[in-house]
Amino acid sequence: MKIPYFPGCTLKTTAKNFEISALEVSKVLDIELVELPKWNCCGTVTSLTDDDLMHHLAPIRDLIRVEEMNESGLVDNEYRVVALCTMCFNVLKRSNQRIKERPDEFKKLNDFMYLEKDYQGKTEVIHYMELLRDLDFSKVSEKVKNPLKGLKVSPYYGCLMLRPKEVGIDDPESPTIQADLLGAIGADVIDNPFKTRCCGSYQTVRDKYTVAELAYDIITRARKNGAEMITSSCPLCLFNLADRQKEVMELHPEFEPMPVLYFTQLMALAFGLDEKYFGFEDNFIDPRPLLREKGLLK
Amino acid sequence: MAEKKISLMDTVKQASKGVISGIDKKDVEHWVEIYFLGKAYQVPAGLTIMQALEYAGYRLIRSCGCRAGFCGACSTVFRRKGEYKLQTAMACQTRVEDGMYLVQIPFSPAEKPLYDIEKEKYEASVFLKYFPEVARCVSCNTCTKACPQDLQVMDYVQAALKGDYKQVAELSFECIQCGLCAIRCPAEIVQYHVAQFGRRMYGKYGIPREENTEKRVKEIKNGEFNKKFEEIMSLSEEELRSVYTEQQNTREVY
Repeated sequence: MKIPYFPGCTLKTTAKNFEISALEVSKVLDIELVELPKWNCCGTVTSLTDDDLMHHLAPIRDLIRVEEMNESGLVDNEYRVVALCTMCFNVLKRSNQRIKERPDEFKKLNDFMYLEKDYQGKTEVIHYMELLRDLDFSKVSEKVKNPLKGLKVSPYYGCLMLRPKEVGIDDPESPTIQADLLGAIGADVIDNPFKTRCCGSYQTVRDKYTVAELAYDIITRARKNGAEMITSSCPLCLFNLADRQKEVMELHPEFEPMPVLYFTQLMALAFGLDEKYFGFEDNFIDPRPLLREKGLLK
Repeated sequence: MAEKKISLMDTVKQASKGVISGIDKKDVEHWVEIYFLGKAYQVPAGLTIMQALEYAGYRLIRSCGCRAGFCGACSTVFRRKGEYKLQTAMACQTRVEDGMYLVQIPFSPAEKPLYDIEKEKYEASVFLKYFPEVARCVSCNTCTKACPQDLQVMDYVQAALKGDYKQVAELSFECIQCGLCAIRCPAEIVQYHVAQFGRRMYGKYGIPREENTEKRVKEIKNGEFNKKFEEIMSLSEEELRSVYTEQQNTREVY
């Protein structure tokens, strides 16, 4: 299956391990993620201001690329675009929804981007996890060579793949999609009552200690339930939960660090892929000692 | 009598004659009306904006440089009568049109960060360290529309956001740093400084060192050209002038 793929800036800079693992995992599943030619920033953070159309130019421009890919034959009648980063997913999908509901804005944006082909509104934005669910997680299970048996993983969702519920890919209050996926690759899934709590988002720029407290709560609750590791599909959540553990340790000296990974990294491990596709060296808290201890990594 | 050979220098002189020595009104068949800073001027059709301003009596001490489309000093903003679009141009490269309202932008105020590329890591995130406003790009493409060099400015700004030095360098290679993109950008990005940083970094870390340059630098250090320089230095002014003219006549003049 060939499907348009929107990486987003973070996956090309600070979340390279997310992209390399996902691309390789997809190959195993016979999914070819075709990167959008000439994509631009997703828009980072949906503008909720009613008259701030300018901030919807970026996402809609990307959606035009998907239609172009179909016209130029890069993909064959595939108007779905996959995002890995949940921020990109959320922003692209919300803008798409918004302008489809508002014909006047739809026209205004097309008129403004007169150098582009008109957006026709055919594109549909989906998250990678959704794509795997549609494929069926049993197909994912079939490819597992190295089941993550005994590894206690707690999925963390945050907000962007769930809320607002119009764009969410699962129940906004009690999602299971990531848990189901982790179960499919053999991990012992640990529930965390704080799995949909806010990670602090961009407050991390303004006040890192507030965010560190949030991270402390989320990680501590996961640990109380027995988790050894947390997974996420959001580079910002991952930054707040992982990199901010430095500040957590300043505030709570007794705190023990816990690895936070992209779910695709664990998939790559479970599929028995080459180590270079794991990207563990880029994780702020190195998961390798734990994985070796569990006998899951050489 | 054999026709006198017209040198390239003479051609250049001839081409600028109108501006240098004045145009005789009765020789001009076509006239256009332009508005500079709101004031109407009748100028001969066919002049560049820069020549037209000089014809109108302005002595340009800013907004004027190489007169050949390379230096980026003569940024101009104009509208045509009856059009809502704001246009941008280089005054030395654009001919006047009837009903053109124009003004020159002699300078683009822009923050220029200091960096030492010897000490920078060749990493994707360095762009945002020096140019955090790049993250404010809304992909409106106004910069691209403003670029008199027809560069894909938005694309290279987006490439900077992704930390793709190669793309930034290649897409911005023909930038003349006129600043029109930065003046028009709603996100207040200084695109041309971003691009220059990208090219410098790519030149230093992204591409292999040019062997011929290193060879030539070595030759210079070894004094292989000293004799030639001494010869030139010892010439009288008259000899020097003739050598210069000779050289200008045999090479491409910009």
